[in-house]
Amino acid sequence: MADTLKVNPIDCTGHGVCAELLPELISVDEWGYPIVDPRPVPLALDREARRAVAACPALALKLMRTDEPARSR
Amino acid sequence: MTTTVNESVPGGAARQAAGLPRLLPAAPEDLRGHLARYGPTPYRGQTGVLIGDIEASGLTGRGGAAFPVYRKMAVVARGRGRKVIVANGSESEPASRKDELLLRLAPNLVLDGLQLAAEAVGATEAHLYLHYGPTPEILRALAERASRGLDGLGVTITQAPPRFLAGQETALVNRLSGGPALPTFQPPRVSERGLGGAPTLVQNVETLAHLALIARYGPRWFRAAGTDAEPGSMLTTVYQVDGKCRVFEAEIGAPLRTLLSSGAETQAWLVGGYHGSWLPMPQAVGLTLANDTLKRFGAAVGAGVLVALPADRCGLTEAARVTGYLAAESAGQCGPCLNGLPRIAAGLAELAGPGHRRQTRADVERWAGLVTGRGACNHPDGTVRFVRSALTVFAPEIALHARGQCSATNRKPFLPLPNGMPTSEDDWT
Amino acid sequence: MSGSTAFWYASRATGIVALLLLTAVLVLGILVNRQGRLPGLPRFAVTDLHRNLSLLAVAFIAVHVFTAVLDTYVHIPLISAVIPFSSGYERFWLGLGAISLDMMIAMIVTSLLRGRMNRILWRAIHLLAYASWPVAFAHSIGSSKDLQHGWMLDMAIGCALIVAAAVIYRLAHAARQVPRAGRVAAVYAQHTATTSRAMTSRQARRTRETVNR
Repeated sequence: MADTLKVNPIDCTGHGVCAELLPELISVDEWGYPIVDPRPVPLALDREARRAVAACPALALKLMRTDEPARSR
Repeated sequence: MTTTVNESVPGGAARQAAGLPRLLPAAPEDLRGHLARYGPTPYRGQTGVLIGDIEASGLTGRGGAAFPVYRKMAVVARGRGRKVIVANGSESEPASRKDELLLRLAPNLVLDGLQLAAEAVGATEAHLYLHYGPTPEILRALAERASRGLDGLGVTITQAPPRFLAGQETALVNRLSGGPALPTFQPPRVSERGLGGAPTLVQNVETLAHLALIARYGPRWFRAAGTDAEPGSMLTTVYQVDGKCRVFEAEIGAPLRTLLSSGAETQAWLVGGYHGSWLPMPQAVGLTLANDTLKRFGAAVGAGVLVALPADRCGLTEAARVTGYLAAESAGQCGPCLNGLPRIAAGLAELAGPGHRRQTRADVERWAGLVTGRGACNHPDGTVRFVRSALTVFAPEIALHARGQCSATNRKPFLPLPNGMPTSEDDWT
Repeated sequence: MSGSTAFWYASRATGIVALLLLTAVLVLGILVNRQGRLPGLPRFAVTDLHRNLSLLAVAFIAVHVFTAVLDTYVHIPLISAVIPFSSGYERFWLGLGAISLDMMIAMIVTSLLRGRMNRILWRAIHLLAYASWPVAFAHSIGSSKDLQHGWMLDMAIGCALIVAAAVIYRLAHAARQVPRAGRVAAVYAQHTATTSRAMTSRQARRTRETVNR
């Protein structure tokens, strides 16, 4: 059981804070909106992922439980 | 454009054997005629029982998504507290007319299905969500049923706004709650938390009509038509090269050439409506009305809209017109869709014009990649499927237009589109 | 200097610093909302600074309150810091301070819980900032003789002007914002303008063409 990052695209207004804090998993498109890695968050990045979720000014980034196994990289 | 029901589809012998037509009577049927033909509504007397039959029948949703009906019903039935059922007759696809016809000719079948499904999942609240609102046929059917005490639940009718996304499940729930018909983020799915937070079963009206027949004749009867993997029959809205709109009930798995014009007068086929795919002719001529064969070309039956584009039209121009419509119908809530679809539409309009900048084709492909999977609903994905298939099938036309030429001899628009863009918040309610 | 006077001076000093900090916090909050940046700093610096300075401001307010309570020259019960108009001394002006502090506590508590609460509710409470600052300002001017003349008065007026400018900037954006139903048309307009000016795609990216911010 691992967590996956998901962005609520309706709430997201493209602040881009998430991509700064978690460039390994989140990049920004040409309009400023996040492109989020759909795979489960590697354990080593779990803390950074939680920080990014907390930092989103629009509360649009979420960490959701999935049934896939955790990956290490 | 008149809509007619055509009972004699080529290959008629096969159709009779399969027991078609199942859903559509030749003329609008009142309650007396309906009961004479089908008998009384076969309530099971408790929740859950019907779901097993629906599972055995293999019935999938006829609203376009083709989701297994029993699974949605099971999720709703499993939910706690009160439940809601909605018959979705919004028919938001501009080219589709089958639900409208079904509701005019056989409203009692749909209403039977609504009550039977409500019983099966334990719903205590029923809604009818309709493109044209309460029509005379619906009102008469409801009144007749009420006077005979046929229905377990009263039905609330709500008119859907004429928006492409109005029939999307979360947009539907949003509208029924008194808000605009705009999609919301999932999770939660409406079958888990929908109208007023209650598990809500949303089914297309044609799906409910099939369900009403399965409840009477059983899953094996249903499977006597269609294929093993995709059983049953479905209503299709067909535009042959003469431009007339006809609704046929066809067996799933029927060869598309028995429904659609093929041959020299046909330039290409569009299968699955405006979120569907263009298919090249003559390569696609052997395909059938089944996702099994269509998926090899990246296509699906969707809600059964089938179009044969005449050879004298410009496919690129038609595709650009539709894409402009799809972009205008974006809810504008999600950054990628809001930014991507108008640009894709503008790019396609440029490709359909005389000459275009060298970069445009690559831009459109880049934007298409950027919007896929990044909205709260499937609108960007469906639009991209339509656009990509158009760019593939009409590639020779793109090259011609780049040189300032066009192969079309007829400039009249072919694909049906409503007039005007939504401009104010009221256009979504 | 007696112990009592030291407390009194400490309370006045921390109060002034708190006002400055709250001014910065409000401006930074508007900057976050408008996706503005501080020169040379990453975007998360704006959000982090806004958050950290707000906690620092509360720390200074805590000292400001406790030193005022501990000072024996006038009697100010501790509870009057959160129950408005319950102190004998300067009942009205201190009461305003309590009102402002109550709103700040609501904003901070909800922000600490923001991952677990309803987004709309969080936002509604956070909008109290626009009420909390003016009330704190009135408390500062009304209850402190220092701020009523000299360079401290100039400084207080400076803070008020900064906040006014920031709020006007925020309201101007809200007035200019394209309503949802008009966004697609706005994107078409931006796209046409971009392509007709034949910008490079890099320039287009920098203009951040989007309308749902």
